[in-house]
Amino acid sequence: MDALAPLVLIALLAALPGTVAAQGKPSSAPAAASPAHGQPAAPAAAAAPSSAKPPAKTLPAPSPAQAPAAEHPEPPARPVRFVVVLNPAHGGADGGARLSSQLYEKDLVLTLAERLRIALAAHSIPVTMVRISDVDLPVLNRAQMTDHARAAACITLHATTSGSGIHLFTSSLTGIPMTSFLPWETAQGAYTPQSLRLSSEIGTVMRHDNIPVTQGRTALQPLDSFTCPAVAVEVAPLIHSGTATPLSDPAYQNRLVNALAAAIEQWQQDWKKEP
Amino acid sequence: MIPRHQRVLFWILLVGSVAMAVVIIRMRERAHDRMLTASDTMPLNPPAQSSAKSVPLMIANDLTGGVHEEEQEMALPADPNARARVILQHLIADYAQPASKHPISPNNGAENIYFIPLPKQDGDAGGVMAVVNLSGSFAAAHPSGIEPETLTLLSIIGTLRLNFPQLTQVRFLVDGQPRETLAGHADLTRVYLASESPGVKHL
Repeated sequence: MDALAPLVLIALLAALPGTVAAQGKPSSAPAAASPAHGQPAAPAAAAAPSSAKPPAKTLPAPSPAQAPAAEHPEPPARPVRFVVVLNPAHGGADGGARLSSQLYEKDLVLTLAERLRIALAAHSIPVTMVRISDVDLPVLNRAQMTDHARAAACITLHATTSGSGIHLFTSSLTGIPMTSFLPWETAQGAYTPQSLRLSSEIGTVMRHDNIPVTQGRTALQPLDSFTCPAVAVEVAPLIHSGTATPLSDPAYQNRLVNALAAAIEQWQQDWKKEP
Repeated sequence: MIPRHQRVLFWILLVGSVAMAVVIIRMRERAHDRMLTASDTMPLNPPAQSSAKSVPLMIANDLTGGVHEEEQEMALPADPNARARVILQHLIADYAQPASKHPISPNNGAENIYFIPLPKQDGDAGGVMAVVNLSGSFAAAHPSGIEPETLTLLSIIGTLRLNFPQLTQVRFLVDGQPRETLAGHADLTRVYLASESPGVKHL
């Protein structure tokens, strides 16, 4: 029994609410429950127990970015395998934006995610899908599934009727030191530089394909809790010289998927070169 | 036979009762008139001495994915809370125009804005938090999407910051209640720093 005491202590620390284990130091909390609503996602995307809730937000809070990070001398190592997480937003009762009379955001992003998964598989890039059917997953579960995958890139897919081309958003959190345990609500702050680089990589490829790009930072759940380089990719109709190509256009969807796949492949090349 | 003094007493009491009833009815009518005057909901006329002045607004543009400064003429009340409300109503009315680059259906917009002084902390001069209470109709009519929602918040925060330089933080409510998102995306549960510069750029 005495020999098990340190293991038990580690498990309790990892299960502390309000913290999340960063990559390379995964939480030892059990993570084998099925996703909500009985809809299985990809095998690597098993959800942790949904009873673990983040701490309540208190007011006034100067900024999530200013929340103190836990002191730890040892930064986590990067993942040993290049894995991409695709998180199609919304689902189930949450339809997201209504893109046309018969098309909702939740359906379009699921279609795009599935096609992107196939395109990446063709390049031998493993993908974890957060949802593969029309289910409404809480943001907490999405973050847990994403963090558990220990991915090298986390792409959240959204769609809107406003603007033109593609909108790339990273978290508005300012950087915090990389530690083994990160505050749940501001964990993405430790990955801010990598997320900005990933966003820049995607933007460069999109521009090469003549797709208008806007880049920005925003406060978006569950992006702020992701412990990986994370970008929210929002697709919009393509407007060129007054002519709008709708999101329902298959050729435009192909362009978007191919460009995203090329960007992620480029990101993989950069990732391999990193020490 | 009723004695004479009893008949006199009867008539005196009857006349007294009628007189008291008339007085009570009259008092009730006057109280009713006072209540109606107090609850008059007709809009007040703008103050005659208030002249229109140029006010900077941060206008969002969906196509460029950014916000830019524009000046508009408007008459403003002296009270800071009322002034902020009028400014935001002009801003949101601008988005309801047919040629708007950030279209939002006409609605009430900002119901109220309250300025709350923040306590001074160690090495911090304190500051002011603005609590912006948006109407439910505004949130319901707002286009759904990360970019349009983020631009709206940046536009409101930037406009308040330009007109109230002492502002340090902004918090959003909808119909007086905390809400997860504006229209499904932008997080309304957090407190925004007024110094946060517009974070969207066009490439």
